[in-house]
Amino acid sequence: MEHYDVANPYFGVFLLFVITFGAFYATTILARLASRALAAKDTEKIKLSIYECGPEVTKQPNRISTQFYLFALLFLLFDVEIVFMFPWAINFKLLGWFGFVEMLMFILLLAIGFVYAWKKGALEWHNIK
Amino acid sequence: MDTAFIIETIVKIVVILLIFSALAGIGTYFERKILAFMQRRLGPMYVGPFGLLQVAADGVKLFTKEDIIPTGVVAKIFKIAPVITAATAFMAAAAIPFLPTFTVFGYTVHPIVADINVGVLYVLGVMAIGLYGPLLGGLASANKFALISTARAASVFISYEVITGLSLLAPLMMVGSFSLIDFNNYQVDNGWLLFSQPLAFILFWIAAFAETGRTPFHLVANDHELIDGFGTEYSGMRWGLFFIGEYANMFFISFVMALLFCGGFGDGSVAGALALLGKVAFFFFVFLWVRAAWPDIRPDQLMWLCWKVLMPLAVINIVITGFVMMF
Repeated sequence: MEHYDVANPYFGVFLLFVITFGAFYATTILARLASRALAAKDTEKIKLSIYECGPEVTKQPNRISTQFYLFALLFLLFDVEIVFMFPWAINFKLLGWFGFVEMLMFILLLAIGFVYAWKKGALEWHNIK
Repeated sequence: MDTAFIIETIVKIVVILLIFSALAGIGTYFERKILAFMQRRLGPMYVGPFGLLQVAADGVKLFTKEDIIPTGVVAKIFKIAPVITAATAFMAAAAIPFLPTFTVFGYTVHPIVADINVGVLYVLGVMAIGLYGPLLGGLASANKFALISTARAASVFISYEVITGLSLLAPLMMVGSFSLIDFNNYQVDNGWLLFSQPLAFILFWIAAFAETGRTPFHLVANDHELIDGFGTEYSGMRWGLFFIGEYANMFFISFVMALLFCGGFGDGSVAGALALLGKVAFFFFVFLWVRAAWPDIRPDQLMWLCWKVLMPLAVINIVITGFVMMF
């Protein structure tokens, strides 16, 4: 299959963005109108509160275990490395041995950081006790 | 830019929206049927022939259900989160060629919305943005089950994005282009990438289960621990949009896998187009099959698998591919 040559290929992406967000937002509004007209209404207090299995409902403060932040940091580290590797992979045949050896050194540095994180226990799931 | 191009693009987008929204509904029907047959049940069978109208009945029910916005949630963010999930799932469709070029009444149709030269990067990026749906929905719910689910969703999605990126690097080195059409053309001349890059294919496939949040990585809305996770507080069509997003994501990632690794539509004949649809149907079936066959794994096992098994394997695959290509 040959490529589809147009002046502005990203215009389609923009249109898709506008139309999908518009269509799905309109769907929620339509559903709200339909349910207002058809559904039984019930404003009982407990029903409208947040879901809970028995105990009295309290609003949760958005506190998450620090374990998850460690994974986020690792992700930042490795994903930035991968972003560097994408242009190299595309031009792999062009760069030849020079590019390959450079990338091997880059991967070596990455591996040192990875082994350090592993040994430090950043990849374990810690017990919160 | 001429008007014909704009109208053509809008028509293509509307067709994709309608087809894949309908497919998401029919996908739930097939999921229930296949799971039922694997458990020696019959599945939905009362509404219409073979229970086929169950999809329509579910749609009507979702649409006319009372729209509950609980007290205590952050209403604006709560309302926008399902829209983000559904819309970002469909935005991945822009760079995917769904069929080979064909001609209707002398007018050549390219079944791709935007033929951008960074297609693979675009699909990966948009799928990453899909994280914001569960993230915002869960945090705005002010519910502890939703909160745990959100934290898990974020860690799973971002961890497995490293795997998708690394596993695609080796095929990218061989093909030398980000465009999905170039991947397809490369495989016409050189055979399927599935055979030259089996490890990359398996890594990408495993990561696809995590990126779409399917069993065995269905920790985000693990029914027996987290009720429905980030969807706990949602009802009616808002919850339905999360569902449409999930199923559309499954279909699009099946298309991406078929195009990247399994030859796509080949040389573009009618047989090739049918083969592409068959491959997509097979990948979709495997999503359901795995759900019937495997239990969920624990979050710590998920992280162990990602960082200590799959990531080193992906890096080793890149190095081996490099050496083989240099010699």
